[in-house]
Amino acid sequence: MSALLGVAIVVSIALLPFVVFKASRIASGRSVALIAALGTPWGGLAAATLAASALGAACLFGARARLAAALGGLVVLAIAVARAADVLTPAGNRIVRISPGIGCWLLLLAFALIATNALTRFRLGPLFRVACLAVAGLLIYGAFAAGLFDRLSVMREYVVNESTFWHEGRRHLALAFGSLVAAVAAGLPLGIFCHREPRLRNAILQTLNLLQTIPSIALFGILMVPLGALAAAVPALGALGIRGIGAAPAELALFLYSLLPIVANTAVGLGRVSPSTIEAARGMGLNESQVLTQIELVLAMPVIVTGIRIVLVQNIGLVTIAALIGGGGFGTFVFQGVGQTAIDLVLLGAIPTVALAFICAIVLDAVVELLGERRVAS
Amino acid sequence: MIQIEALTKRYGTRTVVDAVSMQVERGSIAVLVGTSGSGKSTLLRMINLLVRPTSGRVTIDGEDTSGLPVHELRRRIGYVIQGNGLFPHRTVAQNIATVPRLLGWPRPRIGARVDELLGIFELEPAQYAGKYPHELSGGQQQRVGVARALAAEPAVLLMDEPFGALDPIIRAKAQDDLLEIQRKFGTTILLVTHDMDEAFKLGHHVGVMSGGRLLQFDRPARLLTHPADPFVSRLTGTADRSLRILSLIKAGEAAEPGARDGLTVPADASLRDALALLVWHGADVSAVTEADGTRIGQLTLQGILARGRAP
Repeated sequence: MSALLGVAIVVSIALLPFVVFKASRIASGRSVALIAALGTPWGGLAAATLAASALGAACLFGARARLAAALGGLVVLAIAVARAADVLTPAGNRIVRISPGIGCWLLLLAFALIATNALTRFRLGPLFRVACLAVAGLLIYGAFAAGLFDRLSVMREYVVNESTFWHEGRRHLALAFGSLVAAVAAGLPLGIFCHREPRLRNAILQTLNLLQTIPSIALFGILMVPLGALAAAVPALGALGIRGIGAAPAELALFLYSLLPIVANTAVGLGRVSPSTIEAARGMGLNESQVLTQIELVLAMPVIVTGIRIVLVQNIGLVTIAALIGGGGFGTFVFQGVGQTAIDLVLLGAIPTVALAFICAIVLDAVVELLGERRVAS
Repeated sequence: MIQIEALTKRYGTRTVVDAVSMQVERGSIAVLVGTSGSGKSTLLRMINLLVRPTSGRVTIDGEDTSGLPVHELRRRIGYVIQGNGLFPHRTVAQNIATVPRLLGWPRPRIGARVDELLGIFELEPAQYAGKYPHELSGGQQQRVGVARALAAEPAVLLMDEPFGALDPIIRAKAQDDLLEIQRKFGTTILLVTHDMDEAFKLGHHVGVMSGGRLLQFDRPARLLTHPADPFVSRLTGTADRSLRILSLIKAGEAAEPGARDGLTVPADASLRDALALLVWHGADVSAVTEADGTRIGQLTLQGILARGRAP
């Protein structure tokens, strides 16, 4: 796989547009190749370094060497794209827009794939993976904070929307985590109930499964009607923010979507606890609540947390759509950008959403692994 | 002492345990044998109330079990099941400490008890206390299971096919360990198995169950010589019963006066072993010696054969 990626990288450097230059936010773009963007000495140097990194990442045998080459490529890529934006922006001009072109994105993807592929070869422990994530996050944050990318179009959009960006970010997290907490609070008991009452288990899981098949926009729409009627009938609720549009239907829809993974995983996790373990626990005099909290739930926890991981990653994505009905979150920028045909604004909403989902996935995977480490059934 | 009176369990119209009465003497081992579905496990589980009896009564050392809160009762009865049922998320030490912790023992006492039990079961505390069950061999897991059941010094130990998952060599060792521990602590044990050899090896008394009824509850030799039911003799086997009887008698008990030179048999060997030795060497007499080497008498081929003859 690495060899193919290496070829893709070299092709990307040579042929594809590295950055796109637009005279204004909505003007049509002009593609600029890497060497043309940076000027002769630096452009050639950057292209040569990237090609060397690519060949190294693709052809070296040791995972360690491949990882080093790919990381080096990522650093050169970041500097090159930032530098290209600096060079192409006329002094003092705040209207031109310079965004990464398809070649730049392909390089990013290829180097990132090789780096993660090499990382998986090391079979890093869960804590070490989270530490790697933290270091990478700090470095990327540092690059942004130091203003390295300030002349790129996405950061131009960020500067314009700075205060709303963080506000929508908090809304995004509040919606995603709020619905998760509610789903765990309701789903855990429901999952336990499913485990205890096998006859009702299928009916409950089928119902929740049906909910999952409703497209998210349709569900938001469906919920508008009863919530709107409720707000009209009980004005006090409307004053609390429970209305047909806004956060309430979004929260409710996300909650409903979240139930199936939590309930199903709780039931499956409890079902996998060995009957002889439970029999022994009862026989030694643990009462029913002790058996549940000290034995069954603890042993089912890795599976339950896997459900939580599914819900969280799914919610972070779905919250984006909640912006359509006024729920807020990063989706606000996405839909504004679509409305204005401003792709940079779309990216301002999409990139942090993807980053959030990625971070949550890695952290929760690590939690699952830590919980599961000593729980191998005997 | 466990006293069982007319204990019955019915599920709907199906009677699983049918009016069983028996008594396990304090400090003795009683073994229940029977085919699967004979009701022996259900009978055992009615003693610690994992199964509620339909009717009948169980008393332990004179105290009616139905009068106690069920969790309190179970904490006073050791319980070992097949496949050991260890908690996979707890260390060996935490597993053993389960019941003492439920009983609220002070920490130092729990620690001392855990170390003591690990020592008795030949599991070096420094090495094994912090291990998880899946890091142990099957035999070690089984020993931890028994240690856990004995942790709170129960007067009564219930064992449901405790050695069923072990291979023959480890099983024999586990049985020897159990006999030694029973002698050491004087625990009253009721054990369920479908393995007749295990029953004869461990039981001071053996009960044979079939179809929910206790057909006979007697000393092992009596089951062989005076079976109360055709099923009992079928289960104990008729072809080799003379040899089984010999295997139940110790050489020391059967020694006759006299002291010959030549072959020697230890006093705690069975007559079956002594017979095998004589046949092997083509001899017809052997001396019987104590562990310290003193001679206490002799065994003759004729004498041994007479012991195995039908009454």
